[in-house]
Parts: sequence; C-alpha cells; structure tokens
Amino acid sequence: MKLTYREALNQGLREEMRRDDRVFLIGEDVAYYQGAFKVSKGFLEEFGPRRVVDTPITELGFTGLAVGAAMAGLRPVVEVMTFNFAILALDQIVNHAAKIRYMSGGQVSVPLVIRGPGSAAHQLAAQHSQSLEAWFCHVPGLKVVAPATPHDAKGLLKSAVRDDNPVIFLEAQLLYPSQGEIEEGEHTIPIGEADVKRQGTDVTIIAYSKMLLVALDAAERLAQEGIQAEVVDPRTLRPLDIAALAASAKKTGRVVIVEEGWPFAGLGAQIAESLYRRVFDYLDGPIVRVTGRDVPMPYARNLEDAAVPDADRVVDAVHQALYRK
Amino acid sequence: MASRVIMPKLTDSMEEGVVVKWRKAEGERVESGDVLAEIETDKAVMDLEAFASGTLRKILIPEGTTVPSGTLIGVIGEPDEDIRAILRTGTTSVVEGAPAAETSTSPRVRTLAREHGIDLGTVKGSGPGGRIVERDIEALLPKKGKPPVREIPLTQMRKAIVRMTTQSKAPVPHFYVNSEADMAEGLRLVEESKKQTARPHVSINHLVIAAAARALGQHPDLNAAFAGDSIRVFASIDIGVAVALEEGLIVPVLRDCGRKTLAQIVEEERALVTRARNRELSPEDYTGATFAISNLGMFDVGSFIAIILPPAAAVLAVGSVREVPVVRDGRIEAGFRLTLTLSCDHRVVDGAIAAKFLQTLKHSLEHPRDL
Repeated sequence: MKLTYREALNQGLREEMRRDDRVFLIGEDVAYYQGAFKVSKGFLEEFGPRRVVDTPITELGFTGLAVGAAMAGLRPVVEVMTFNFAILALDQIVNHAAKIRYMSGGQVSVPLVIRGPGSAAHQLAAQHSQSLEAWFCHVPGLKVVAPATPHDAKGLLKSAVRDDNPVIFLEAQLLYPSQGEIEEGEHTIPIGEADVKRQGTDVTIIAYSKMLLVALDAAERLAQEGIQAEVVDPRTLRPLDIAALAASAKKTGRVVIVEEGWPFAGLGAQIAESLYRRVFDYLDGPIVRVTGRDVPMPYARNLEDAAVPDADRVVDAVHQALYRK
Repeated sequence: MASRVIMPKLTDSMEEGVVVKWRKAEGERVESGDVLAEIETDKAVMDLEAFASGTLRKILIPEGTTVPSGTLIGVIGEPDEDIRAILRTGTTSVVEGAPAAETSTSPRVRTLAREHGIDLGTVKGSGPGGRIVERDIEALLPKKGKPPVREIPLTQMRKAIVRMTTQSKAPVPHFYVNSEADMAEGLRLVEESKKQTARPHVSINHLVIAAAARALGQHPDLNAAFAGDSIRVFASIDIGVAVALEEGLIVPVLRDCGRKTLAQIVEEERALVTRARNRELSPEDYTGATFAISNLGMFDVGSFIAIILPPAAAVLAVGSVREVPVVRDGRIEAGFRLTLTLSCDHRVVDGAIAAKFLQTLKHSLEHPRDL
C-alpha cells in the first residue's frame, strides 16, 4: 500500500502502542494538537491522555521525565519538535539515558525513543536547521537511526520502540509528505542494517535521510551519462552497518558520501575512516564527501539552497571520484 | 638516477612560459649549471639551468610552445636508463611543492595488478599527477560484472574439424534430399543378431553402411569428388563413419566396402570405432573417404543435415528408428521408419541422381537380408 512518511510513522507507532500498553507518547502538542507535524493524528482519541501526553515547553524536563519512566518499566516515545530543541535535553540524553545502564552495572535499562525532525526544512534559519547526528553518534550507549523512506520509517520505528536501549530516531520535516510503498501487515526492520537502494557498478554513493533522495536523483542523471551508481542507505547510523558499506565500496572502488551536516567532524568523516580501514586496497582514489557548507544555516532561500547538498554537487563529486573533470 | 626538467616559475606572477630556444639537444651531455634553454616569461627571456648532470635524454616540448609552470619539459639521465616512470609524471604542482610520485598508482590498481599478474611498467596513468587508475588498466582486466567466460583452446582435432567443415560448407554448393525407410525387417535382423553371442552384433548403422555401399556400387557417379576442372570417380568405395569423441568427432574410413559382406563390415566398423576411441588411429585411417555416414540415432534424433566431408561429393545423415503412424493399404498402422538425409555437392551430383541413389539405398535397407 502507498503511504506518506508521516502516515507510516503514525501507523507504526499506533501498532506498537496497541501491542504493548507500556508504550506512551510524550512531547509538545502531541495530544490535543495531534502533533506539530500530525504524526500522532488520532492518537489521543484512540489511546487517551494517559498514553498521549502534552507537555509544557521544557525539553530537559520532559526528557528527564521519560528517562525516569523508562527506568521504572515503561517504554516512552519522546517527540521533540525538532532535534534543534533536543540540545536543551542533552544532559538527560547523554549523561542519563545513554549511561544509566552502564553505570548501574546493567541493573537498570532505559528503553526510550527520542524522535522528531533532525535536519533542515525551508528557511527555518540557523537555530532550527541543524543536522546533529554526528553528536549523537559520538556517544556510546545511544543508537541512532535515520530512515529515508516510509517503508524504512515504519519498520525502524517499530524496532526502535521494541529495543531496550535509548534510540535517537531522526526524521525530516521535508520527508513527512513523501510517498512510498509499504508492505502490508506486520513488519519490522532490524536496527543496524543498511540497504542498497540502487544497484550499480561504477561508484558507491552513501547517503541517508533526505540526502538519500538527493543521491537517487543524482544517480538517475549519472545513468544518462552511462555511469551506474550504486546507492547505499545506511538507515542506522549507530551501530553502522560498515560491512555492507565496505562490500559496496570494494565492488565499485569509488565512494561518495553525502550528508547534510557540517563537514568538519561530520558523520561522513567517520564513515570514510571506517571504509579506509577496510577497503583501502580496493579504492581507486580518495573518498569524496559532499556535505552541508561550514556555516550556520542562512535564512535567505538562495543562500540556504547553496548551503545544502543537491544533485548537482553529488554528480560533480562522482565525476571527481571517477577522475572525470 | 633520472631527473625532471620542468617549466619553472621564475617570477611570482609567472603562470606559464615559452621555450624560445633549446640550447642543448637530445642526447647531448649536460653538466649541472649548464643553460638548457631560454625561457620567455611574462616579463623577460631568462635562462633555464640544468640542476643535474647527465644526458639530456628527452626534450618534450618544441620551441615556441607555451606550457604552464610545472610542466615536464625534459628529462636528464644516464644514456641507457629507463626513463618511462619519469615520463609518466607529467605536471607537478610547483606552488605547493607537492612531490610527484614516480609510479603513482591507486591502491585498487595495485591490488588488481597483483591479482591478475599485470605489469604496470608500460601503463600510462590518466589520474592526477600521472596516477595509474583503474580505467587505465581496464582493457587488461576480465570484464567487470559479467560472468567469467571459459576460453577453450582449440585442440588439433577441433582445428581439423574447423578446417574441414569450413572448406566444405563455404565453397561447396550443398543440396539436400531425404527419404524414409521402413525398418521392420531391419529391426528383426538386428534382434536376431543380438541373440548370437559370438561376435559383435549387427546394428542399424551397419545396415545403413552396407546398404550405402551397395547403392554406391549401383550409382558410381556419387562415389566421386569435384576436382576443379573434372569430376574424379573413385574405383574403391571407401565409407567414412563419423565417430563422436569427447573432444569432437573423427571419421575413420571403412575401405573397399563394395567388396565386403555385411559381417565383414560389422567386424571392421567395430574395430575401427574401438581404435578411434582409444586414439589409435593414424592419418591413413581417417583420410580419403569417398562417401561419409553420420548417425545421430543413438540420441533419439529424428533427422538432421550433415556437412559434406571434403573431397567427397555426398554425406548421409541418419536419424533414429521411430515407431510412427504409417499408411498401409489405405489404413493407418504403427510402423518403424528411419529418416535419411543426403547432402550432395551440386557440382558433382544432380537432384535426380541423388534421388535415385536414395531410392536404391532405401530399398536395400528395407530388404536387409540381401545385404
């Protein structure tokens, strides 16, 4: 069946809440308003106010509440209106959720999902357009997931809810209306498994979340030049399915990594290093990265467009990797 | 140890330069400090001095050409030194002082060269700084992505088959006639023969050979060959019998079949086939057939069309004996039929002769006790 990314999340979360009544949703405007982006449409009606909880504007507070609830045996899903606001909750995420299991010697776990849009939309400007996955991926104790398609979003959200660890679940505002085929019935996608979204032989393009769609777009254009790009979607950013990425890199010999975040110490740098360690002898040249520009996100639309990777830049990067200039 | 002569950057603003005049020639001995060439920069004409001693092995750009600073324009080395590696290095980045790797190769290329035993010494690199990259050795690699193809070298036998069939099919104007023989009697004879244990039993193929020998005796025009400006009719009926071997086929010859009984044909054919399978045949054994028979009946083939084995004028293709519906006295019954297809060289044989021959052959096969 064909669903939007938003509907896929709605469906997935709904199924999990029906399946296990320890699961509850908490965040700003999730209940009465049915979600800032309507992901929780119809939830208050179906599950009631004990399981769909509206909060004041206090990310640190309600994330901490959720950490406590998880420690006590519930399975909270925290919605952050965007991950820019999760910065305010970082102490609870990094110092508590990520570490309590370790610090308690395994006695207490924190089965928590923190979900929301994690990248830029249109003209939300510097403080509301950040891609911070590198920060979360840096922390042992967290899992980080970034689905790009409705099918992956539903399957991975269900897996995230069932996972006993804190999972950072990165969506994207501009992905919510995107459509895709979803298989009928119960399906989950394992956390930690990449997916080859397009088979190819000449170059491996690694991209996740919104950038996956940019990469597929670039691949179409490259095909017209006779270049067959293989596009691999990691889907889970931590733990990274490096075996799948390396297998593709070994096959093609050329790698382009696309990410929306800033270049220095971005996730692509880690992916590149992990690949170099495994497939150095099979690379025909250095790995090429396409990233967001190293600036706070501009407000002006034309500057914002210039700051975010697009298909043109990916095509150029592939040419560079193939020594065609 | 060879060294590079590059277009220098003689002033801060110099991007490119022209060799106005080479002051040394290829093959000439130079000492460090000698003036190699006069270079015109954006500002003036200046001297380019050699930084090494040796022989000016190569001048790479003619006088009057403009090249960017950093371009390789010459090589100084020993007279007998291999300078290919240096010639591959092309342009250097003069400004950043990045060292040009001598035989720069991508890691992938090194791995592939190792795996496939490729010598990179003669490969020219098209990557930055002359780096050898995958596309530079693509032609030397097995095709990417396609399943590997098995290359079977031609055995001598296969080469002979190639020669024979091409020499036959191309110049020989083949035409074909076929016929069906009623094998009821033939099958009975074969069955009876099987019950006798003493010697090799008669097979359908033996009947065909014997019948063909009789028919060739009655139609000698077919026991012939095209000889350019004449037709050569052979006195002896020498029938080649195709034998399938693992690596191909061979056609040992039964000599003088016109004067042999069926029993003799059976014994000799069996002996020949055994020797063929043991690779004991000599060239006299498999050359000089005046007629050939190829039988694919053991593979349940209905019929097929054979290629004439030169220099003969015809070949008979035999299928399997099949039980088929036949019409007898206006009624449909079960019968045993064998399809025979005769391929003929039209330069020697015409349709009518071929058809009459086949009629005789068919009659013989249908009356096998007379063989």
